[in-house]
Amino acid sequence: MNRLNINLPGLDLKNPIMPASGCFGFGREYSQFYNLDVLGAIMIKAATLEPRFGNPTPRVAETSAGMLNAIGLQNPGAHKILTEELPWLDQYDVPVIANIAGSQEDDYVETARIISQAANVHALELNISCPNVKTGGIAFGTIPDVAKQLTRKVKEVSAVPVYVKLSPNVSNIIEMAKSVEDGGADGLTMINTLIGMRLDLKTGKPILANSTGGLSGPAIKPVALRMIYEVSQKTKLPIIGMGGIQSAEDVVEFFYAGASAVAVGTANFVDPFVCPTIIEKLPSLLDKLGIEHISECTGRSWKRNEQPVNHRA
Amino acid sequence: MIRKELCEVIRQTEIADSIFEMTVKGEMVKDIRTPGQFVHVKAAGGYDPLLRRPISISSIDRSKNELTMIYRKEGRGTGLLSEKKTGEAIDILGPLGNGFPLDEAKTGETALLVGGGIGVPPLYELSRQLKAKGVKVIHVLGFQTKDSIFYDSKFESLGETYIATADGSYGAMGFVTDVIRELKLQFDVVYACGPTPMLRAIEQNYQDKKVFLSLEERMGCGIGACFACVCHTTDDPKGFSYKKVCSDGPVFRAGEVVI
Repeated sequence: MNRLNINLPGLDLKNPIMPASGCFGFGREYSQFYNLDVLGAIMIKAATLEPRFGNPTPRVAETSAGMLNAIGLQNPGAHKILTEELPWLDQYDVPVIANIAGSQEDDYVETARIISQAANVHALELNISCPNVKTGGIAFGTIPDVAKQLTRKVKEVSAVPVYVKLSPNVSNIIEMAKSVEDGGADGLTMINTLIGMRLDLKTGKPILANSTGGLSGPAIKPVALRMIYEVSQKTKLPIIGMGGIQSAEDVVEFFYAGASAVAVGTANFVDPFVCPTIIEKLPSLLDKLGIEHISECTGRSWKRNEQPVNHRA
Repeated sequence: MIRKELCEVIRQTEIADSIFEMTVKGEMVKDIRTPGQFVHVKAAGGYDPLLRRPISISSIDRSKNELTMIYRKEGRGTGLLSEKKTGEAIDILGPLGNGFPLDEAKTGETALLVGGGIGVPPLYELSRQLKAKGVKVIHVLGFQTKDSIFYDSKFESLGETYIATADGSYGAMGFVTDVIRELKLQFDVVYACGPTPMLRAIEQNYQDKKVFLSLEERMGCGIGACFACVCHTTDDPKGFSYKKVCSDGPVFRAGEVVI
């Protein structure tokens, strides 16, 4: 029996583990290490309509239990991704979730239209929360009505379900989630990185050429859990959770908070085998916890009457 | 093939001020192709530091499956690494990247190897392999001060070796590029590794020669997935074409990328 399979809008996942966008390129590098077929899905690096070079270097800086990045959405553009990257990924039996970004509404809409044509793209991840680009990106992710409008426009053209990636850099995450739900989103992915910075001890200046960057890694896990816990109780949308996941235990914790699947990001940089390792370890962890199927874990932190009667005091 | 392997520390020595030489044993030695490749080292378990550290390989011993790396103890990661004792295991990813092309120097030709500071180590294995194939090697090595000099006698045993220090406390005072010019050194190929201004000067000064430069950049994954260590290509300096220092480099032919 498969104890890990999950069905979400557009996504028939053999397991709920997938690499997060921006942490896995388009899969080629990691295919040197293992067969990508083992993954539940792959979230590919963000596509913009036109190619982007991204920010000057240094683009990464380290911090306790985390890293800051300011890559700046470097990518070869939607057409090249459609004609070169997605066909290459098609050799694997893995659904692709394509992250799309832009500077203005029209860019997003056109990118969504192009990328969602690919047969192996089963869902879009609408990136309204990249903290590292000057225009667009995060502006769409911090103003509820703007996010709602963008979601609606993208939904109109997309051939596949649309998940909206929420930014943690907002004062009211529930309001953002409800707005994109009103806009017709099929699901949520959360959280993107938190804006942070590091300074060089000798020069006194920022380490990152972009000055600020997105904080990811285990340091942000508690923030992600809290936000998923809050949002999952207030919307009906399924949530793909992310933010510092490193282990099978982390995965279950995200499910408890309210996630229905998870993405692993920064951990891929530390251990290229982290995704297959987590997938392999999950069944024995479920055994240990007395859980039949991983879907039973979703929202356990807030659902009532979840414990069998004989477990009560 | 790139391996992720727990390698045993064979020995570790501080060979100059804050400069450590560490030899480890691992199967990945079998997969090392060229001098100038590097390894990505997890300095300690746990989350601080979280990321690996790219460290260049200074020599390999295929018969023993051993590789030696030399690094400068600078931050938290290299600080923890410097405390590793013989017999301890270290999580290493490697070998990574593309090293110096040996084929570009023919038997009987002269290769000039130019190193600056912590850029010196990969030149040692390169020099050994060049000498073994009958290439004459000349070394010009730059260090901050007398106390930070290492491997000078090892390089001397392979060929002519000139040392420069920034403060003049040993050898010539000043830059390696001044030494090359003042001594009117003659050579066919240049291999260089060191600070970016040094690499830029070498690229400019020897446009008529074959020049290969090893670049340094902050890295995330070390395998080409994260796009942290990207540089522009010279044929499209403001455009979208790029090379990744970790997986396309770290060694590039002069004129290939914008440094």
